[in-house]
Amino acid sequence: MKETGSVPLLTIAVPRGNLFGETLDLLESIGIDTAEVRANDRKLLFEDAGIVTMRPSDVPTYVEHGAADIGIVGKDVLAEQVDRDVYELLDLGYGACRMVVAAREGDDTLAESLRRLGRARVATKYPRTAAEYFARTGRHAEIVEVKGSVELAPLTGMVDAIVDLSDTGTTLRENRLVELEEIFTSTARLIANPVAHKLKAAAIDDIVARLGESR
Amino acid sequence: MIHPIPPGTRDVLPDEMRELRALSARLREMFEQAGYGEVRTPALEYEDVLSRGDDRAASAPYRLFDEHGRVLVLRSDMTIPIARLVASRYPDAEPPLRFSYFQHAYRAPERGRTSTEFLQGGIELIGAPGSAGDAEVLALVAQGLEAIGLRRYRIGVGDGSLYRTLLAELQVPEAERDPLLRLLSERRFVELESRVARLNLDADVSATLAELPRVRGGPEVLERGSGPAAAAVAGLRELHAELEGHAIADRVIFDLGLVRELDYYTGAVFEVYDPAVGFALGGGGRYDGLLARFGRDLPACGLALDLQAVHTAQAEEERLG
Repeated sequence: MKETGSVPLLTIAVPRGNLFGETLDLLESIGIDTAEVRANDRKLLFEDAGIVTMRPSDVPTYVEHGAADIGIVGKDVLAEQVDRDVYELLDLGYGACRMVVAAREGDDTLAESLRRLGRARVATKYPRTAAEYFARTGRHAEIVEVKGSVELAPLTGMVDAIVDLSDTGTTLRENRLVELEEIFTSTARLIANPVAHKLKAAAIDDIVARLGESR
Repeated sequence: MIHPIPPGTRDVLPDEMRELRALSARLREMFEQAGYGEVRTPALEYEDVLSRGDDRAASAPYRLFDEHGRVLVLRSDMTIPIARLVASRYPDAEPPLRFSYFQHAYRAPERGRTSTEFLQGGIELIGAPGSAGDAEVLALVAQGLEAIGLRRYRIGVGDGSLYRTLLAELQVPEAERDPLLRLLSERRFVELESRVARLNLDADVSATLAELPRVRGGPEVLERGSGPAAAAVAGLRELHAELEGHAIADRVIFDLGLVRELDYYTGAVFEVYDPAVGFALGGGGRYDGLLARFGRDLPACGLALDLQAVHTAQAEEERLG
């Protein structure tokens, strides 16, 4: 939070990813000076603004440990790190994208594998989300975790389907994949460290109220 | 040669050990002076004995069979063993009874915690009901934390039955109550609110269910609890008056959303916070039904500190000078 001539009351973890631009716009709109953050691609810690930047999947880690008091992170990341001890305070509404199950266009390997082999092989960068979803829908899935372009996995025949984020569906189409099922819609969330949530209650409630209004 | 040890456990070497010893000695001295004699109980207990106290104790992560095939578990907290001890060893003693302990407890890694073996130091006050008992426990813990040099700590105080009572009083459908309590204990306020909204309750009922558990702060927050929350909040108001008597009211944060994971808490619940550590240094509360499950129906209240976390906070205080 920008306080004239004093240290900020809160340290905010900001993800350097798809949510980066809109997150900075939102913080700017409630009076936090983000010019320095925008001007520096490599710098990570911005003490004057009370902002630390990091890869999106690290936001819950820094907040859980109290290195940042609050953070902004996609629900997709939170769902994958469901055992993080953080408060989920606000749905910020932006950064909407969908977690989907997709498979190769024109064949039916997912249903065929489930019917004939009793299980499906599913590639994903979100192993917990995928495993939980297939278990919840009563299907046995062997999860194959990949780090890079997940679209490759069904094209090579390694798996029957993928679980991945889809925004407009362009990447899926370009790789001749089709969406079969939607698991959830992900939006940006405001999270807080449990101890900061008590010890800095006034500052956190204040920012929650202002972010809530500017949604 | 590196020989592995189980994940979540660790060795303690002399420098750290000296400091942990000094810290424990100081706390032990305070507790003893206040009449809380130290007890030690076995690390292994019979599963069917511990599970009398709480089903979660029966799901202890470490279990083995003895030579007769009975199931033994490593204790997951000290409160249940002390309830057992009171019923077995003090069947006729005149309450109140006061005990302290410095022992390891064992839990599966869970939300935010990677340690499976951790050293707890705590106190239990058996047979002293209500706010007076709660305040005695909190005041002694506060005194102990100050004695070891913590200056920035706060104690969160809530009521473990508040939200459940609220759900019942506001006539939320029975099947919805556990899922909502679970979302609260997982601190997922966004889903809590949207789930409440889907119930199509009156607007003010929905607002209470969504907003009340977010309320925390000084004694002024106790003005917020009217209507269905009034009884629980009345208890907290009484506790606040007692804490003022012990001159530690300014250390306390009242938190209407505070829940503890164990089922045996029946009234006030506590958590200890310090800015140096990202999770609670310890916690506890009032468990008036637990002793009765072991055959001695006495009200009770206690609090346990994670001594390694307390040590981290102490080291940070020293660094700040």
